[in-house]
Amino acid sequence: MEKILVIGSGPIVIGQAAEFDYAGTQACRSLREEGYSVVLVNSNPATIMTDEETADRIYIEPLTPEFCERVIERERPWGLLATLGGQTGLNLASQLADLGVLERYGVKLLGTPLEAIRKAEDRELFRSLMREIREPVPESWIVESEAELEALLDTAPYPCIIRPAYTLGGTGGGVARDRDELWETGRKGLKLSMRSQLMVERSLLGWKEVEYEVMRDSKGNCITVCNMENLDPMGVHTGDSIVVAPSQTLSDIEYHMLRTASLKIIQSLGIEGGCNVQLAVNPKSFDYYVIEVNPRVSRSSALASKATGYPIARVAAKIAVGKTLDEIENAVTKTTKACFEPALDYVVVKIPRWPFDKFRTGDRRLSTQMKATGEVMAIARSFEEAMMKAVRGLEVASKDLTHPDTSLSDEALEDRLRHPTDERLWHLAEALRRGWTVKRVNEVSRVDPWFIEKLLGLVEVESRLVGLRTEPSAAREVFREALDSGFDLSTVARLSGLAPEEALDSASVRLEPSYKMVDTCAGEFESDTPYYYATREVEDDAAVPQNPISVL
Amino acid sequence: MEAWLALSDGTVYPGRSLGAQGTSVGESVFTTGMTGYQEVLTDPSFAGQLVAFTYPLIGNYGVNDDDFESDRVQPSGIIVKEACDTPSNWRSRRTLAEFLRDRGVVAIQGVDTRALVKRIRSGGVLMGAVSTVGPDQALRASREAARYDDTDFVGQVTTRRPYAWGRQGREEIDAPASPMPVRMAVVDCGLKHNILRRFAALGVRSIVLPSTVTADEVKDWRPDGVLFSPGPGDPARLGGVVATARELLGWRPVFGICLGNQILCQAVGGRTFKLKFGHRGGNHPVKDLLDGSVTITSQNHGYAVDPESLTGKDAEVTQVNVNDGTVEGIRLKGAEAMGVQYHPEAAPGPWDSRKYFAAFVEQMTAAR
Amino acid sequence: MKPTVVVLGSGPIRIGQGIEFDYSCVHCVWALQELGYRAVIVNNNPETVSTDFDTADALYFEPVTLHDVAAVVRHERAEGVVVQFGGQTAINLAQPLEQAGIRVLGTSPRSIAMAEDRGQFDRILADLGVRRPPGAAVNSLDDGLRAADRIGYPVLVRPSFVLGGRAMEIVRDSSSFAEFYREAESASPGQPVLVDSYLAGTEAEIDVVSDGEDTLVPGLMEHIERAGVHSGDSMAVYPPIGLNPEVQWEMVETGRLIARELKVKGLMNIQFAVVDGQVYVIEVNPRASRTVPYLSKVTGVPMVQLATRAMVGRSLAQEGYGSGLWARHEGQSRVIGRQEFLALGEPISPVYAVKAPVFSFQKLGKVDPALGPEMKSTGEVLGIDRTFEGALYKALVASGVTFRSRGQVILTVAEGDKAHAVGIGKLLVDQGYSIGATQGTHDVLSRSGIPSEPLKKIQEGSPNLLDRLMAGQVSLMVNTPGPAGQETEHAQRIRRACIETGVACVTNIDTATALVRALTLYASPLEASCMTLGEYLATPQKVN
Repeated sequence: MEKILVIGSGPIVIGQAAEFDYAGTQACRSLREEGYSVVLVNSNPATIMTDEETADRIYIEPLTPEFCERVIERERPWGLLATLGGQTGLNLASQLADLGVLERYGVKLLGTPLEAIRKAEDRELFRSLMREIREPVPESWIVESEAELEALLDTAPYPCIIRPAYTLGGTGGGVARDRDELWETGRKGLKLSMRSQLMVERSLLGWKEVEYEVMRDSKGNCITVCNMENLDPMGVHTGDSIVVAPSQTLSDIEYHMLRTASLKIIQSLGIEGGCNVQLAVNPKSFDYYVIEVNPRVSRSSALASKATGYPIARVAAKIAVGKTLDEIENAVTKTTKACFEPALDYVVVKIPRWPFDKFRTGDRRLSTQMKATGEVMAIARSFEEAMMKAVRGLEVASKDLTHPDTSLSDEALEDRLRHPTDERLWHLAEALRRGWTVKRVNEVSRVDPWFIEKLLGLVEVESRLVGLRTEPSAAREVFREALDSGFDLSTVARLSGLAPEEALDSASVRLEPSYKMVDTCAGEFESDTPYYYATREVEDDAAVPQNPISVL
Repeated sequence: MEAWLALSDGTVYPGRSLGAQGTSVGESVFTTGMTGYQEVLTDPSFAGQLVAFTYPLIGNYGVNDDDFESDRVQPSGIIVKEACDTPSNWRSRRTLAEFLRDRGVVAIQGVDTRALVKRIRSGGVLMGAVSTVGPDQALRASREAARYDDTDFVGQVTTRRPYAWGRQGREEIDAPASPMPVRMAVVDCGLKHNILRRFAALGVRSIVLPSTVTADEVKDWRPDGVLFSPGPGDPARLGGVVATARELLGWRPVFGICLGNQILCQAVGGRTFKLKFGHRGGNHPVKDLLDGSVTITSQNHGYAVDPESLTGKDAEVTQVNVNDGTVEGIRLKGAEAMGVQYHPEAAPGPWDSRKYFAAFVEQMTAAR
Repeated sequence: MKPTVVVLGSGPIRIGQGIEFDYSCVHCVWALQELGYRAVIVNNNPETVSTDFDTADALYFEPVTLHDVAAVVRHERAEGVVVQFGGQTAINLAQPLEQAGIRVLGTSPRSIAMAEDRGQFDRILADLGVRRPPGAAVNSLDDGLRAADRIGYPVLVRPSFVLGGRAMEIVRDSSSFAEFYREAESASPGQPVLVDSYLAGTEAEIDVVSDGEDTLVPGLMEHIERAGVHSGDSMAVYPPIGLNPEVQWEMVETGRLIARELKVKGLMNIQFAVVDGQVYVIEVNPRASRTVPYLSKVTGVPMVQLATRAMVGRSLAQEGYGSGLWARHEGQSRVIGRQEFLALGEPISPVYAVKAPVFSFQKLGKVDPALGPEMKSTGEVLGIDRTFEGALYKALVASGVTFRSRGQVILTVAEGDKAHAVGIGKLLVDQGYSIGATQGTHDVLSRSGIPSEPLKKIQEGSPNLLDRLMAGQVSLMVNTPGPAGQETEHAQRIRRACIETGVACVTNIDTATALVRALTLYASPLEASCMTLGEYLATPQKVN
């Protein structure tokens, strides 16, 4: 039996959380299904991938080139799968290749070739590839002197972002709206930078951020597993953004324009496995820019897998050992193939979970550096329901869109909307509660009006619930509306001051939700995968076992 | 306002009115595309059908002035879970509800469309009606309606008179906006504008002709190639167009899309059959048997070519559906002709199979 | 048709509630399936194995809240629900679910509440004759101040019912009491604030599996850092290296007593402080803890499986276990009693395993990396080897504590830590490292004849520590903070600068002391072994 070495992602850190245990575990199972024996290295014991049930030979050793070399020396694996262990796994594989370890022991690197990974991760290589295939990347310049800065004043696109290199805590950067500001901020930045270097880049603040999860096999077949739209526009790391799948505000042409671009990119890179493409989209035109490509299974892949039912890591592992998409079974339907694109008949909302309940002194502003430690996801047949479920699943101070602290002044609130923090969602709701128009909230926050309208609808339901305190006769109607909008019974009770269970006779409003299935195909094919979500609907998909006999 | 969807098997789904008042009948089908409702609403292949969208939020990006696939609304009605009243997109001009009202389309929202899909999936497509009048009226209408398969939809959707499509879009036949290298005759059985737009982008001027056109009339236009368009209804009803196609095979390169593919198959003696619930959506994988590649395609058909019926005929199956193995593409022997069962023009759907249009343009250019 | 059991997940990953709980949930599902149940998961974290659609017999992707869970339980007509493996998220639902008429499997909600109710639990411990630090649960600032006076400073102030030591602080005098009291109060509104005597001893913890009668202790873990550092942030070693066997057995026995009193069916975690050979219970969690996967792996005891089996009525005896400590004896692992343990002439395990925390300070601006009673780590690594030093070395390296190839090791330690600095400095110099130190530390080192270069603090002008760091001339930083509230912001700035320049920064003197024990291995890493987990467990341990 051929051995494959799988590298895990090590400890949980921000930006590299449990998703890699999920991905690694799926990959190990997938490889064993194909008849390989799996050797696993990971320094994190709290993982399913380091279980006997998952891998054949388990090394709980430090993820350093030295220890990995020793493992390779002992095990002599045929192949190495590193694209499922996050950046840690990828970096380690890259180091092992550079040190000649892979060559020395004749280990074949499986999946996306290192060359492709470098092209995707090296800023300059990536930009030149994008230019070659005529996909737009945001213009940027490296400036190393005042003279160079001066020369740029006329050509720079405004607004532009200035990032001094090598400063503590990213200080000294900023946005320049015109040449005066570029000159001022740029000069300061040059002084602050330890190496007198700064980068000036076209600002895409306020553009929509859209992601595509894509897969490609060694024969060049490509699919997109799903696309996702960030509620937070460009400027907030996607790991810190509220993300919705599928995209909500893109027309068919826009959806497929970006999809086509994403496929073109992975085709040109030569990805073999999963990949994540991030794009910035002008909310007022067909313009877009390619922002970043993650040439591996990522946090977004885990989200996309759960959002669609498509097991990206499992399929990526099979692609890595040479299978093509049309040869791999769709593990959900079991009747179709992995070479298709999931169709969703529900809405998915992901909200990050930040650690600021612990780090009270921490900088809560969200920007391009991810700060969330985890995330929740919710599925429902309406955006409102999914949003409310996600919010109450976060386990933060508020279980809904009301916030315990409403003392913020209008000025402070506007500032928070302009410079989002982990409490952005609540600040958006608070602004709407104060009667700010959708237009105003959009202008300040740059969040797409579609999302703001939806939040407004929820805030209105909230206020109708509060209204029941003085006018309880409308309770039945308002309760129904609130439940249909995803409000939790306890929130309904808290806001209205009434007990909904008592106010509602079961004949008029059903308290319990229906359960629908996530089946990758919007019901088109039969599927018996028991993956369910609750929603306010008529029919139930979940087969309930009838009166089981108690053995307890 | 209340509305009801009734199926001819007696199932009634209550919901709310979306669009115009009244009753509309059609074959109940579903499409799994998550975007592209405006294109679906104007795609002639949906004529005579009540289209349910499996994606629950429809109308999110409004209705714009550009993404029309024909000049009118084609399905008899639509069925959605939730229609968006507050669309957001830079090109949006009106809400979905406004558009449907303006065009007099009776539609329904608030339906558990997944429940409907499961019903259609297990029982097959069936006649249905949407009504704002009452559930009984809806049920009666669904049962009294003429059967979908018995109706001549192509005759209803084809162009009345020939027109041309050039770089700037629709134009008079005698007045090309700018010269174009290739000229293609299009037999319109229910054409989508994006077919014309895509070919125009490849330097092809299209002459769009009614489905009743004869082979000689086509030849009179001196085209470099002939395209048989997609369209609605049972392909077996189209004896006239099939005869036209048969005469044109071998004369110039011929290309068939969807219904056009089925016309070509019949022209060489093949037969079609009705699928239980068809293929409608933008996620169907198709394998090209010639090079082994798989492409994700846009599909909209309720009938398929019976591969058995092509045995011994001058046709070869070149593409198949990865999910159910049905025929997705053919090549005719002895003639420069091919057909695809799906929609390389997309609109809505993925753009991955555009290469087949380019290949046809090459054929036409070479044949000049 | 199989009877259904619903297993509650732990929701989003956050500090204090990480991937460990997902590990336990998944194993619980597997154990239930083996027992012939239909196991159903409720969880809303997309990053996990528990929410993989082929882990459980059914997955409900739902928030882990009372109403959402209750609806699933009713819909599934489940026999009961398991709350022990989903961290504080799930355990907090025990009582509300029971009140909603849903059966909670395992340790009863009443016992869970008892363990979390300060007054009640103090009485239970007193009845059992178990020591705990003097303390009180108070509901007002005045009561708090009075309690603190009675107990004597320093005291530990913390909210009840929160995980990961949120808003927990060591308070050294009455002047700063109010501030920390308010924080604790607002962290868990409506719940009492706990004020305990702060015991600066050795910390240790155990995880136990109990069936209500018998109680198995798979292993004891000794913390490297003394009390005052949150258990989630401290390094821990299994088996203990510095606790005498009598003390160790007292913990085992305490675990058995508490488990029986609370009729624990499943898992429980107990944290101890050992001061002058006296064992104090400082915390009891009637649920699976963070250390369950770690202990399960290094002892080979399938803890979650045994706990799950206990919940549905299978006794430990039936499973071939019983009361006592899991140990290796005469080449075989089995449960042993007190006499056997005390007479054991060999280590109880063939391996040493050291857990080390991993932090994400690089991503979190303005957060002080110094360790304290509030948990800050996001993850952990494990170092396993046949020697303690080997395991320690691996844990440190895997958690990112490495020496940069060029520059000095810088020592700048708090007043109370200065004595330890001498030992650390000596070993570093012996191994050929050059030392830089701030004036106070330099003076102490000089007095012991250890050479070091005196360096300026930030406030003393340039060139200073920060300049050294920024110039890339620091190989490793040992920087321990003074008491809360008495530290300059400059010290914090130095620690932040380490984070941002990627220089390893050790902020606890005990961690630093441990680090120097592993110096030989830093010099010659090949002395550490490299084996599969199975091989370690099968190999005899080296005697230190």
